[in-house]
Amino acid sequence: MSTTTYHLIGTRPPRHDGADKVTGRALYGADLKLAGTLHGAILRSPHAHARIVSIDTKAASQHPACRAVVTAEDFPETPDRIVDLGEGDTPLSYIRGNMLARRKTLYQGHAVAAVAATSPQAAAEIAALIQVVYEPLPCVLTAPAAMAKGAPLLHGDLRCTEFGQPTTEASNVADHFRQVMGDSEKGFAEADVIVEREFTTSTVHQGYIEPHTATALWNNDGRLLIWCSTQGSFVVRDTVACMLDLPVSRVRVTPMEIGGGFGGKVPVYVEPVAALLSKKSGQPVKITMTRREVLEGSGPTPGSFIRVKIGAKQDGTLVAAQAYLAYEAGAYPGAMVAPAATCVFAAYDIANQTIDGYDVVVNKPSTAPYRAPGATNAAFATETVLDEIAEKLKLDPLALRLKNASKEGTRRADGAKFRRIGCVEVLETMKAHPHYTAPLGEPSHAEAKRGRGVAVGFWMNAGLPSSCTLNVHADGSVGLIEGSTDIGGSRTSIAMMAAEVLGLQADDMRPSVVDTDTIGYTGVTGGSRTTFATGWAAYEAAQDVVKQMKERAAKLWKVDEVHFADGVFSAGEHRLSFKELAARVGEVGAPVVGRASINAKGPGGSFAGAIVDVEVDVETGKTSILRFTCVQDAGKAIHPSYVEGQMQGGSVQGIGWALNEEYFMSPEGRMMNASFLDYRMPTALDVPMIDTAIVEVPNPVHPYGVRGVGEANIVSPPAAIANAIHAATGCRMRHLPMNPPSVLAAIQQC
Amino acid sequence: MKVHVQFTLNGEPAEFLAEPRQTLLECLRDNLNLTGTKEGCGDGNCGSCSVLLDGQLVTSCLVLGVETQGQRVDTVEGIAKGSTLHPIQKAFIDHAALQCGICTPGFLMATKALLDHEPNPTEPQIRLWLANNLCRCTGYDKIVRAVQAAAAEMRA
Repeated sequence: MSTTTYHLIGTRPPRHDGADKVTGRALYGADLKLAGTLHGAILRSPHAHARIVSIDTKAASQHPACRAVVTAEDFPETPDRIVDLGEGDTPLSYIRGNMLARRKTLYQGHAVAAVAATSPQAAAEIAALIQVVYEPLPCVLTAPAAMAKGAPLLHGDLRCTEFGQPTTEASNVADHFRQVMGDSEKGFAEADVIVEREFTTSTVHQGYIEPHTATALWNNDGRLLIWCSTQGSFVVRDTVACMLDLPVSRVRVTPMEIGGGFGGKVPVYVEPVAALLSKKSGQPVKITMTRREVLEGSGPTPGSFIRVKIGAKQDGTLVAAQAYLAYEAGAYPGAMVAPAATCVFAAYDIANQTIDGYDVVVNKPSTAPYRAPGATNAAFATETVLDEIAEKLKLDPLALRLKNASKEGTRRADGAKFRRIGCVEVLETMKAHPHYTAPLGEPSHAEAKRGRGVAVGFWMNAGLPSSCTLNVHADGSVGLIEGSTDIGGSRTSIAMMAAEVLGLQADDMRPSVVDTDTIGYTGVTGGSRTTFATGWAAYEAAQDVVKQMKERAAKLWKVDEVHFADGVFSAGEHRLSFKELAARVGEVGAPVVGRASINAKGPGGSFAGAIVDVEVDVETGKTSILRFTCVQDAGKAIHPSYVEGQMQGGSVQGIGWALNEEYFMSPEGRMMNASFLDYRMPTALDVPMIDTAIVEVPNPVHPYGVRGVGEANIVSPPAAIANAIHAATGCRMRHLPMNPPSVLAAIQQC
Repeated sequence: MKVHVQFTLNGEPAEFLAEPRQTLLECLRDNLNLTGTKEGCGDGNCGSCSVLLDGQLVTSCLVLGVETQGQRVDTVEGIAKGSTLHPIQKAFIDHAALQCGICTPGFLMATKALLDHEPNPTEPQIRLWLANNLCRCTGYDKIVRAVQAAAAEMRA
């Protein structure tokens, strides 16, 4: 555990953007108003799967308020190629196809055409004047249906990659991979207990409160300027440049304040369309999605079909595990099933494993990452099967997990060997937590039953490039320039890491998140990487500042060597604080500007566990959360309030996923609940206080030991709640969400 | 045909020209340039656009701009007294009750409406009152604590 003492890290200073965000002054994407801005609207497919016979834009173009109309034909005519825009190798035609459909629409809500007009209302009216003739086609909505023989094919040109090799078979399965470690058949033969179960999980949405929005200006100097709500300004720049066949230097992306993302604002949706409309109209164009468009036309996270089989010895030793993971990618390949395979058994040291992953296209929106993408579905299966094994072996569920917990040196089926990790420490903290042994209390009425469940989850986190510049001002304050969209207070935690080096306080720092011209390449705010990687860059930039400040002090004092400790520069009798020296830098040299750019490796991964008490009304099937504790390894909590905030937020998203949230799809592939009234996310009334326990097992590669904490916390709640429902009712839950009808059905069947 | 609307905005007389179909939210953001009030859903389900209309908490996306003729409207821009933050605003910062901040203006207005009529709410009262406002980042824990702290501060 962490023992180093810091003057600032681990404290809870107010965030730098706090005043702006409580006064309404902070500028989010939709708040931007450039002179002469036109408003864009997108026409979307009413069919889940259809051939586009014709698009007639004449009536729309002739409307007096119309300034531009675009379709897929307006993209440059460049040949298809494979591009990597931060989410792996993808054909450019798929990226363009999701932006504006060409020849076919692949989900209800698929963008078909767009218009720019003088007001948002006019734009919506004009978009409706575009005449599209569709030839509807049969649709497939789940992975098993799409994998069945004779299923309608979404992409005529999609060929399954089987075990890394291309095949000639046209299919809805884009990829089938297998990870093998040891011999699972032999392992199961040695097992005393084997449990094998099938699970299904529904499509869910990240549910960020701010809809996607972008303003684009194709400037008269040929540069394309974009202001938008994104988790990664450089991904937007590179994607737009690629789609519009421009060099990246022609595009500048300014990230506005962002109203939530959770992975859903990594992909690009409206930016290239606004750009095309601006090019045609010669004016800035803003496109802001409606909530319905967000749910129907942006990327939710995959629904899935999962089969998990685990074998254990009588003493609880896990000897073999097998997983079949079929994830719905939505309209285009990329279901995040590889990370699911990485995470499905990551918490356990199991010698014999076989994991099959299938990336399956279906007629639903092209999926996007959602907080530990793929891992929550997988953990729902693994952690409920383990609960059943613990029950059969009459073992405490945490004792079973601790007996098999991954530790330094444990190998996963994907071949990676864990470095120092906190799985054991998280489980021990859960076991020792007062919640784990507290009385459940009496049910609130005769039809109510109470139970407690636990589960643990893993997310490997990301590294990727980050850049940081520090400008030392004469009053000793430091301007910090970085490129990571701040979704939850990261500019403050990043500034704290630089201030720790410099012996300064948080309010001596002036952090800014700037555009793609102004800072070096920085990866997305995703993969729990921001505090880890951009914070590391800030640490390195601060070291650069110290080096330059020492040089200035040496010149000032005419000495060879200067020491720096606790915010004070010294040499013999000479002493100057950071601020005092900053005021005198100008006497002896150039201004001090510290810089660093890194390609961060070794994010370390984070484990998180949940203890949950539920009350199930066995008459209605409603499940209430009585008490919830989240335990997570943060490596080192830079700003504990924001670490707790991530844990609490992820837990409640997990509760929503567990109990309520799902895309209700009609057989024709229409989303039946495309509003916040019917896509029901947890409210303040649905949840109790979320207790947190931060575990600190330092990440050995990071200067402060940081592990990202943004994601692992969502992984375990659905499984923990399923286990709690079982403890209350004796019924096993194998479908998400566990809403009243599905709990009632389980009670009637068990 | 636009309508000339005269009303009281954050304590000051104000006026704007509205198309009859424009919502109060659109009038605030587009006609009056007060973009502190946010749109999350446009159909009254997320509470991000919450404002006070004659002291009553409303979602401004479900009120027409022309309906505010002669009325009093209070928005997030009017909570602070000059350069001094309101205790509710200060409590939200001090208790880390915001992450992305997009829902914050709505929560501040809802909290103000609650504490204006119930200076010492219980936790269930706070949760019930705030159930019209969606926050996807915080899990509500720190928001509830900030409201409790602000209430205590305002009673002191």
